[in-house]
Amino acid sequence: MPYQVVVGLEVHVELKTKTKLFCQCANAFGSEPNTHTCPVCLAMPGALPVLNQAAVELAVKAGIALQCTIHCHSKFDRKQYFYPDLPKAYQISQYDLPFAEWGHVNIVADGQRKQVRIRRIHMEEDAGKLNHLGQSLEQSEGSLVDLNRAGVPLIEIVSEPDMTSADEARRYLTELRAVLSYLDVSDLRMEEGSMRCDANVSLKPEDYTGSLEDLPRVEVKNVNSIRNVGRAIEYEIERQSERLAQGQRIIKETRGFDDARGRTYSQRSKEEANDYRYFPEPDLPPLVLDSSWLARLQAALPMLPDAWRERLESLGLSANEIEVLVQDPSQIQFLQEAMEMTTEVRALTRWMLADMLRLLNERGLSFAQSPVRPAQLVELLNFIADGRISGRMAKEILENMFVSGESAGQLVDRLGMAQISDDAVLRGQVAEVIAEHGKVVDDYHSGKERALGFLVGQVMKRTRGQASPEVVNRLLKEALGSSVS
Amino acid sequence: MSPVDDSVKGMAERVKTGQISAQSLVSSCFQYIRQVEPKVHALLAHDEELAMEKARALDRLPLSERRELRLAGIPLVVKDNLVTEDLDTTAGSRILEGFRSPYTASVVKRAEEQGAIVVAKSNLDEFGMGSSTEHSVYGPTMNPWDFSRVPGGSSGGSAAAVAAGMAPLALGSDTGGSIRQPAAFCGIVGIKPTYGRVSRYGLIAYASSLDQVGPLARTVEDTALLLQVISGHDPLDATSAQMPVPDYLAQLDRPLQGLRVGVPREYFGDGIDANVKMVVEDVLERLKQEGVSMVEIDMPHTQYAVAAYYLLAPAEASSNLSRFDGVRYGLRVPAGDLRTLYQRTRAQGMGDEVRRRVLLGTHVLSAGYYDQYYVRAQKVRALIRRDFERAFEQVDLVVTPSAPELPFALGSRADDPMKMYLSDICTVTANLAGLPALSVPAGFESGLPVGIQWIGPAWSEDLLLRVGRMVERVVVRPPWPKL
Repeated sequence: MPYQVVVGLEVHVELKTKTKLFCQCANAFGSEPNTHTCPVCLAMPGALPVLNQAAVELAVKAGIALQCTIHCHSKFDRKQYFYPDLPKAYQISQYDLPFAEWGHVNIVADGQRKQVRIRRIHMEEDAGKLNHLGQSLEQSEGSLVDLNRAGVPLIEIVSEPDMTSADEARRYLTELRAVLSYLDVSDLRMEEGSMRCDANVSLKPEDYTGSLEDLPRVEVKNVNSIRNVGRAIEYEIERQSERLAQGQRIIKETRGFDDARGRTYSQRSKEEANDYRYFPEPDLPPLVLDSSWLARLQAALPMLPDAWRERLESLGLSANEIEVLVQDPSQIQFLQEAMEMTTEVRALTRWMLADMLRLLNERGLSFAQSPVRPAQLVELLNFIADGRISGRMAKEILENMFVSGESAGQLVDRLGMAQISDDAVLRGQVAEVIAEHGKVVDDYHSGKERALGFLVGQVMKRTRGQASPEVVNRLLKEALGSSVS
Repeated sequence: MSPVDDSVKGMAERVKTGQISAQSLVSSCFQYIRQVEPKVHALLAHDEELAMEKARALDRLPLSERRELRLAGIPLVVKDNLVTEDLDTTAGSRILEGFRSPYTASVVKRAEEQGAIVVAKSNLDEFGMGSSTEHSVYGPTMNPWDFSRVPGGSSGGSAAAVAAGMAPLALGSDTGGSIRQPAAFCGIVGIKPTYGRVSRYGLIAYASSLDQVGPLARTVEDTALLLQVISGHDPLDATSAQMPVPDYLAQLDRPLQGLRVGVPREYFGDGIDANVKMVVEDVLERLKQEGVSMVEIDMPHTQYAVAAYYLLAPAEASSNLSRFDGVRYGLRVPAGDLRTLYQRTRAQGMGDEVRRRVLLGTHVLSAGYYDQYYVRAQKVRALIRRDFERAFEQVDLVVTPSAPELPFALGSRADDPMKMYLSDICTVTANLAGLPALSVPAGFESGLPVGIQWIGPAWSEDLLLRVGRMVERVVVRPPWPKL
């Protein structure tokens, strides 16, 4: 029987605040264990949480950017379970009244635009980490608890089960990450855990008419890259189809992903799932957001990938160029600054995506870290537009700008690279070249187009590349035309 | 003899002006504690040397600085569910035996900043769960008026210490009556402030939405003084209110004219000891003669209050006490695996009553029971709040007995938790509604104290204290017990 793939994703994003969600401890990755802790995040007796307003701001920004309805009234709840990385034995989260609901992300799948709906976004605190001693978890000789991460602010973004393939899931995650990256609310590093993804995968028989919620669902936990989320889903689709083909049923369970083998493996059956005993957090007043504050936040939001796509499309950029540009907010930032200084957007993006990108990649830098700033690139491009230098000179100058930090103007002067576009100067060179290459001139007159290129090349050579190719072209044509008549 | 007299203000004044030193006050306190504590067993951790050091430091302060301290040199007893850096904090539980907090509760800090000197932590029902101070793993506290009887609870150690004269002031906490009922049983004054009036930071949570810290003292004036010092917003407690704190002491003797008091039938009916009722009604009669008008009112949802309380408080407690898991501090009973470690630690670390409430609360919050228990109890809570709102449309304050009975005999309720829970019948409503409530001595019956409780609208502590002062004037108080 044919099946339809149903995928929903839960994405945890650590918010980039200075301090934790409920205390003043630093929110920092990679420090000595238990150095960012205090009575509150250690759950010492009597300690109480106080909500970090900066985290609320970042969370709400994300909610707005993901097109959610932001609820002015929401609340926190306690999700309860015992584990050594959870000091209070409950996680402060949002259960039935999250701060944001009903958003969406647009993706392009199989050439079609598609909307993946977001069911909800809620705020919660992260747990700490356990470091197991010994060779493997099974043979562990003990575990050390590190609570630096305990209490770090998170948002959990829960999608609707709208994706129907691993590819759509990858595209959703890519776009989600792109949108969030424009807001600068998180480091979004999956390898460091500042963005984490759980994938819910199920197969729906074509004739199934029941609720998707009732389908036996497999949750693959904590996959550490977008690529691996795709691999895990592909593996699950295959595994589940095989089971169904063999007449076996799918068990509702939580699975992990083994990166090396490209397989998922069973962690625990959901049928013995925890009862989290959620109830409203009495230590925190309800979260009330001021509507004028919300409006200000909305107004201050940067332009997001979809809006940029539209804008760049209207400027005539190709779909490929647009995609490469919008995936990296530092490129967009660079482009935006440069666009304030020039109208030559096509030239600008071509130079950014070719030479700039290559030079940056060679140095392992992003556009944000580029030694050549937008104004300097625009200066260089203006020289080309004015005919002062050729494109080839510009490439050389740009390389030098990366090395020496000089401006295009300084380099043109220092390297003597000004382009020769003075007709009077070039006419003599053109005449000499025509005189020297009678055979080629004949070829030209007999209709060989390539002959002209050769002659242009000869003039360029005589001028050590400084002649303006356009001017030489025109002058040659003028000269050859007249010699015929 | 107890160095405590009936005016903290007067004692602090003498310390400020150097008539007596804080050292001599603290030292005589300890001397007296050594004498009577074995009979009362009100106290847990104490450190005389440390207290004396603090007294010495205070005595060395220049007069100009000392004069600013509202509690200069005043010995203070602190309920042992308020954490302190200087003294162990156990909450009366084995699971926290020998526990030293890395920080001090905000209320204790505030009192110390005003010159109070913590002489000891006081005994309590484990984690505040009980009405007799018998549920402390460190043994029960005795009522100073009659050693065979309980001092009430859970702040029984604080109440008994003040009644015995070991210290003039004590801090307690009140989740369902834990300040007012022991204050009544020990013949002293105690107030549970409006929810949010006083910081809970550093109070080991029992039921977070009901808990409030408050003072216990021998007089209304002393109570007002300590309340003044501990009240006000604390940035470390998100549920503490940003409300300005009135000057309670300055208001104290302002005459009360045209006061209308609601007398709810439900608090004077079945289940209230006839003797208690008589003493309380006698006070009401005398207040009438002072010009207070009494209005009979109905608070129809009162009958559900104890049931709602014993669902909500354990529900929150089951969550609040989860942090005592043997991983980071306190008792750890080792085991081969994690689950067993949790089970053994918590089974051996917590007493019967605590485990009873944790189990009850866990059940209340469980899938399938949440709506039936927790949600319904919250509805009752809202109805009780509405009963009070309606009452305060008619009257300024509501008056009830502070407890349904006289101090009962030690051990008499040990096997009857339901009967024990009913001790809270007069007091839980104020916690459920978040309202301030004051217990003041109403008189004596068979040599045992009886308390009268005044419940006011939110933030009406000033009014409650003024009424308390009026009650003090009309009630004849016998001398403090000679121990």
